[in-house]
Amino acid sequence: MSVTPEDIEKVALLARLSISESELPEVTERFSKVLDLVDELNTINTDGVIPMSNPHDMTQRLRADTVTSHNTREALMASAPAQDNGYFLVPKVID
Amino acid sequence: MPDSDVLNASVSELHRMLSTRAISSEELVSTYLGQIEAGNDALNAVITLCRDQALIDARKADQILSRGEGNPLTGIPLLHKDIFCTQGVRTTCGSHMLETFEPAYDATVVTKLKTAGTVTLGKCNMDEFAMGSSNETSFFGAVKNPWDLDCVPGGSSGGSAAALAAGFAPLVTGTDTGGSIRQPASLCGITGLKPTYGRVSRLGIIAFASSLDQAGPMARSAEDCAHMLTAMSGIDAGDSTSADRAVPDFAAALNGEIAGLRIGIPREYFNEALNPEVRARIMTALSQLEKAGARLIDIDLPHTHYAIATYYVIAPAEASANLARYDGVRFGHRCDAPIDLEDLYLRSRSEGFGEEVQRRILVGTYALSSGFYDAYFNKAQQVRRIIAEDFHRAFETVDVIAGPSAPNVAFQCGTKQQDPVAMYMEDIYTLAVNLAGLPGLSTPAGLIDGMPVGLQLIGKAFDEATILNTAHRLQQDTDWHTIRPNFGAFQS
Repeated sequence: MSVTPEDIEKVALLARLSISESELPEVTERFSKVLDLVDELNTINTDGVIPMSNPHDMTQRLRADTVTSHNTREALMASAPAQDNGYFLVPKVID
Repeated sequence: MPDSDVLNASVSELHRMLSTRAISSEELVSTYLGQIEAGNDALNAVITLCRDQALIDARKADQILSRGEGNPLTGIPLLHKDIFCTQGVRTTCGSHMLETFEPAYDATVVTKLKTAGTVTLGKCNMDEFAMGSSNETSFFGAVKNPWDLDCVPGGSSGGSAAALAAGFAPLVTGTDTGGSIRQPASLCGITGLKPTYGRVSRLGIIAFASSLDQAGPMARSAEDCAHMLTAMSGIDAGDSTSADRAVPDFAAALNGEIAGLRIGIPREYFNEALNPEVRARIMTALSQLEKAGARLIDIDLPHTHYAIATYYVIAPAEASANLARYDGVRFGHRCDAPIDLEDLYLRSRSEGFGEEVQRRILVGTYALSSGFYDAYFNKAQQVRRIIAEDFHRAFETVDVIAGPSAPNVAFQCGTKQQDPVAMYMEDIYTLAVNLAGLPGLSTPAGLIDGMPVGLQLIGKAFDEATILNTAHRLQQDTDWHTIRPNFGAFQS
């Protein structure tokens, strides 16, 4: 299945990636090549096969609701590129 | 003691030297740091060196050893792939996105290996976010193969493999999502093991595709890998997918006895994609195992062909979800002067991620998007089960499955970068093992025109012991794993 540059622009926005006009034709072409590769999946019958999301079909373990780790907020916040007073800073989102 | 003796010594020989005080950990660590400093300009395999801390840790290990204490890995130097979070030591995942990221905690693998007494020398280069088969997608530049500096080392654990092969460390860590331990191990002539999914905790490993990612040891022999695997493995409360399975002493279990072992040879792994000379080396290695008492049995893994298509839906889909966390807000690269929140996201991500990572995020986002989820993601997960069932059926009649680790020896740098699909074909024999969650290892099987070939051994779930023992036997009967590249201290 081939995709158009418009398809790529739509997916890029969903993925929050910006692709310049000049890159778009090449990105589209290479994306299409990958899609051609994966389209092979349509040649196999999977009726009634349960999708496998974990190779051992494991399910989530439960644990007791007890404190297991201590507050490392300051250490984690230290990685933030912009912060103030313990808050992450982002551009204004509310007028 | 001449450097070459130390640089060729096994972990158990090093342990003997250390515990008899024939050498100190400080001397050992200094020797290896010297090798890195002398050879890394040519290879670009190590991107962060922890010289001062390594020497401090080595002296601590020497105190333990001089009291007659310690265990098989106390004082042994090691390099980590730069995908493992190391507290206070920058962890880049080969990406501009994380160029200055210093984690607030250690990955469980790092903690466990530290607890076992190893000394961290530094962090190894890798394909960006572990996406690649040539180590050419790293933001920090391509890694070269010590066997031929014009060739790639494989990927994504290419820095780890090249460093190990070049004598920069006796042990290195890697991770393998679709072949990222086994393919570079094959191309660099070393032993590398991808454990069963769940054997090793993923806590603190920067996530690529969470249902496929697994960390494992890379070393000069199966025995060294076994020592390291024992130290790395085990259930972890911090990783709900880590398996509640007893961890054997993998090294102690090695006896080299493989009489009667049933080795399945999948016809589909000897297809037209396989270089005929690689095929010949693999057949020679298999006949060695036969001489040692194993039985070779032809088997079929009929859906092998679909592994690439399945993988290149599931891995990018999981990656697109995992990499959504890089938003320029909490950690990682942030663009300059964003005008609004969307601009912050778009530019931080487009500047921070390289081309291959962006391509996979796009593919994954597409496969998960409304209207395509069933056609791609759901379908791929169904085919994944069919591929896994191929293995389960085969393991009803065989104990181990064997074939090539990669279709070719190392290729020239730059030759496959422009064609993502050609690059993806490099992993044709390894991807299915991750989809099925099985353990697989690559062990050296000789050279073609001076470049290494790797034999892949695939085991039943949680039966790393049998593939390690099979490789161990091969390494007792042949000297392929002892051949070193004409590089650095190994130069003739």
